[in-house]
Amino acid sequence: MKELFRRAPKRFTAADRENSQQIPDNMWVKCTACGELNYAKQLTDNLKVCKCGYHMRLSAHEWIGLLDAGTFVEEDAELAPVDVLEFVSAKDNYTQKLQETQELTGMNDALLSGRGTIGGLPLQVTVSEWNFIGGSMGSVFGERLARAAERAAARRTPLLTITATGGARQHEGVLSLMQMAKTNMALTRLAAAGQPHFALLVDPCYAGVLASYASVADVIIAEPGARIGFAGRRVIEQTIRQKLPANFQTAEFMLEHGMIDMTVARADLRSTLTRLLRLHAAAPDAAGHPSTNGASREPLPLRN
Amino acid sequence: MTTGLTAWDKVQIARHAHRPHTLDYIRGLFEDFVELHGDRRFGDDPAIIGGIARLNRTTVVVIGHQKGRDTRENLRRNFGMPRPEGYRKALRLFRQAEKFGFPVICFIDTPGADPSMQSEERGQAEAIAENILVMANLRVPIIATVIGEGGSGGALAIGVADRLLMLEHTTYSVASPEATAAILWHDSSKAPDAARVMRITAQDLHELGITDLIIDEPEGGAHSDLDTAVANVGAALRTTLAELLDLPLPELLAQRYQKYRSIGRVQERQLALVTRRDDPDEPPMIFP
Repeated sequence: MKELFRRAPKRFTAADRENSQQIPDNMWVKCTACGELNYAKQLTDNLKVCKCGYHMRLSAHEWIGLLDAGTFVEEDAELAPVDVLEFVSAKDNYTQKLQETQELTGMNDALLSGRGTIGGLPLQVTVSEWNFIGGSMGSVFGERLARAAERAAARRTPLLTITATGGARQHEGVLSLMQMAKTNMALTRLAAAGQPHFALLVDPCYAGVLASYASVADVIIAEPGARIGFAGRRVIEQTIRQKLPANFQTAEFMLEHGMIDMTVARADLRSTLTRLLRLHAAAPDAAGHPSTNGASREPLPLRN
Repeated sequence: MTTGLTAWDKVQIARHAHRPHTLDYIRGLFEDFVELHGDRRFGDDPAIIGGIARLNRTTVVVIGHQKGRDTRENLRRNFGMPRPEGYRKALRLFRQAEKFGFPVICFIDTPGADPSMQSEERGQAEAIAENILVMANLRVPIIATVIGEGGSGGALAIGVADRLLMLEHTTYSVASPEATAAILWHDSSKAPDAARVMRITAQDLHELGITDLIIDEPEGGAHSDLDTAVANVGAALRTTLAELLDLPLPELLAQRYQKYRSIGRVQERQLALVTRRDDPDEPPMIFP
């Protein structure tokens, strides 16, 4: 005990301060919306939603956590893009860009596709990966989405699409544009099979992808604060020279204008989707037979 | 004039103010045209013309982007950039065509859909998406002809068709060259470079298997001899329409499905070739 009081009091110096900051880089995460630091583990527990309410971007693989644990089976992973146009410019080389992006993301292209369950109910699911050239839709993205819609129709399960995107991929030119027609074409099969398409729009969701499969879903959900639109804000400001309101093209703006059904906070997504899946599973299918999709039927607790 | 043209030259010809526009083709080729106005929801968009007329003694619905020849008319027509109500007018006419079994003839000539605050508020993306979906399954023949420039979803929204025809000096692309340059390089003045690398000419699209038929233009381009240009388009439309009317409906729809379903190039490559980056320090996201 005596020693304790004899010990020289510790004086904090600038050097100590420097040292004390040598914590692992990934322990704290700065929110891009409010600038506050979030403790990484706590942030993950909070599904990467900041204390300020900002929904940080999730990778496609992180979104798979929305499904029942261990149920996701990836499909069409082997489909890989081709540089059809041999796109080379002074600033851009598509083949090289693809290679770098594939190494960065561990994905062949910008859409993760497969099947799984939510609340015990089977569904097809696709998730776009923003870090893969802005979640842009080229031939592989379109093909995976079309196959997912066709599989959902054949398996008589709903389709959930989770989308963050900048639009059609410029590097595949008109082939990318035509994926808009291809995806909607495949969705006509899903409709004929009497199965629903649920779209979840996450920040940001724009242009050719919003103007195709994402906007024709039976139920459209957006994350709070997600930016959603056809033309980019910068394009509108430059071409039309209009002053845009602060909430322009947010999920809340889209809700107010009747373009989406609801905004749902990340923590409530599973219960909302489970309820929607159950409601549709309870309906008879197109042939008039009651669906056999329904698992347990105890009512879900209402949230919000 | 017709040889040795760069893609950017073609863009200029496709945009030439004196090229025949939708109304020129309607006046020159169709009989008894009755223009129909409005989307029955919000307004009437002068950037899209629509109506009923006869071609080859068949009643058809005709729809097209309409550009102006001078600044005043261009302001009225919004430079051929439709607003949501323009697409919804087209949508209403698609449904009308289906109801009466009229084939649909579309003329594509737009730099893209209108990018304004009002168009966003009224759901530009939804209007385009819905048209694409409805055209995918419309139970009548659809022919689309690119008569000038075809830019992005704004063109595709009246462009899903059983046959896609393009005039010799026209372009069709995922975005206008200016927009592509702005998206990729943040510099719209690089549009000529974008035009070159994007492969946007009728000839490029024919090679890519998107365009079914290229229609010859008169020497010097369509703007130098409107009558010949209109007559050439008329001949192509009559032949194509007769061909499609011979197909039984299920066959027509199956072919349309297959046409769009097969567009795109992919290869098969196992993921093992790329290193999957699953960060062991990163805990998995678990939703409640």
